Amino acid sequence: MDDVRDTGGTRRVTTGGARVVTTDRHDATDTRTAHGAAERVARASYGRLVAVLAAPTGDLALAEDALAGAFEAALSSWPVQGVPQNPEGWLITVARNRQRDVWKSAAFRAAVPLEDAPARADDPFAGLDPARIPDRRLELLAVCAHPAIDPAVRAPLMLQTVMGFEAAQIATAFAVPPATMAQRLVRAKRRIKLARIPFEVPDRTALAERTPALLEAVYGCAAITWRDEVGSLAGEAQYLAVVLATLLGDDREAWGLAALTTLSLARRNPQSAFVPLDEQDPADWDAALLDEGESYLRRAAAGGAGAPGRFELEAAMQAVHADRRRTGRTDWPALRELSMALVRVAPSLGARVARAAIFGRTDGPDAGLGLLPEASAGQSFQPWWATRAELLWRAGRADEARDAFGRAAEMTDDPGIRAFLSARAGLVIPPG
Amino acid sequence: MRYSLLLHYPEMSPDELGAEGMAEGQRAFASYAATLHAAGVLISAEVLQPSEVTTTVRVVDGALQVQDGPFADTKEQLGGTVVIDVPNLDAAIEYARQAPSISWGPVEVRPSATHTVDGAWTTFETPAAHAG
Repeated sequence: MDDVRDTGGTRRVTTGGARVVTTDRHDATDTRTAHGAAERVARASYGRLVAVLAAPTGDLALAEDALAGAFEAALSSWPVQGVPQNPEGWLITVARNRQRDVWKSAAFRAAVPLEDAPARADDPFAGLDPARIPDRRLELLAVCAHPAIDPAVRAPLMLQTVMGFEAAQIATAFAVPPATMAQRLVRAKRRIKLARIPFEVPDRTALAERTPALLEAVYGCAAITWRDEVGSLAGEAQYLAVVLATLLGDDREAWGLAALTTLSLARRNPQSAFVPLDEQDPADWDAALLDEGESYLRRAAAGGAGAPGRFELEAAMQAVHADRRRTGRTDWPALRELSMALVRVAPSLGARVARAAIFGRTDGPDAGLGLLPEASAGQSFQPWWATRAELLWRAGRADEARDAFGRAAEMTDDPGIRAFLSARAGLVIPPG
Repeated sequence: MRYSLLLHYPEMSPDELGAEGMAEGQRAFASYAATLHAAGVLISAEVLQPSEVTTTVRVVDGALQVQDGPFADTKEQLGGTVVIDVPNLDAAIEYARQAPSISWGPVEVRPSATHTVDGAWTTFETPAAHAG
């Protein structure tokens, strides 16, 4: 697959942010052209360049600093000199020289073990041809999701080092203070460097062991960014899932995850008020993305014998909903089958709540209520309350339903969902 | 790059272990040392006496305090150390996985900051030096 993709203008480039500073010393048109070129390279290549720059020494922080410096240099040089024929090669050459300057500095040399000092005779970049930059993003993703890295920081690390997001943006998505997120990322990078977590694609056996953590971290990027309002981190996570599936080549669950994130992205409409999936107008969905997601799902399904995994099943459920754009109806019996399979493969609380909601449609609200997990397991999980409320309502237990809608409304951070549930409950809950 | 493998496990008396268990443990450690040596990664290794014979020394208010017993009184005690020189953490983890004590308790894999050569420390990297 081509590295340069643009998912309907939903991807954001970080060169507009703090990592690259625009200069106003030159003619505005040249500056715009140069800035546009830098943005295009950043969008397509940020993770590739970081991976190549960090791989020889494992120093991600230095690689990112050097690359940011190279982008700054590009923005002052390109408007004057013109955009080079091979912008990636230009950037990596400048960034590499910046790394060498740091390695040669006395302060740095005094701070590393003699045996490890990169100011050694053998240049870690000897043999790297700027015109043919290898793709080491899978190595970088494997580092981010390494078992020695705290699972909670794996997704943020991917968003920063592979996608180029600022710590502050990631902090917002994960609802932690920016300083806390910055500290976690710095600590993880120090750990990668000092413990020497290798930039290597694990061999086939080890890769099979480690792929679930890789997929989980990319899924984490998607889940956390789902209803991100303006920045469209959700688009970034979808891009990352497709990159991972492409790099892994024939991993069935990786294509399942690519399909899941793509189909979900297609139905994403942060501007509008919250509407439950089965009441959405298919005309509002992004048809091109749905087609793309369906093609990934077909690729997953063709990926081998045996039962589908969790991500493929979740993607298949999304595809059933998406199919309403053709048939005009939702195939609830198909969803019922898939939800049972999902609970067998991955009996998470979310999967069991989803199964109860679907059985409520196919087998009646009492059947749904019977399948809903016990209150002790579900009562701190917002979708449990929302599903329970809907089932109670349809079972004619209006008073209990109203209470449950109220609880569900209180538990969400999303103003659109809160407004929807409050309306359902016939309650007015002040915002905030 | 050097890593210290710190072997922690619950201590067992020779009676609890039994002659058979003792012999088996010795065979396992002998084979482990041979593996590391053959791979050219073994720098040094020690298996420690039980913590009941260890002595902890500290200075409190300028006075030396010598105390019977280990620094931390925990169920699992430091029972052995192995220093290896391998390319990266994945290689170190692979050798940690092969440690005979892994079935009794955890192995801590700690990267080395510095070590001595002919009585002098090699220069080393402090985490603080790269906190940025």
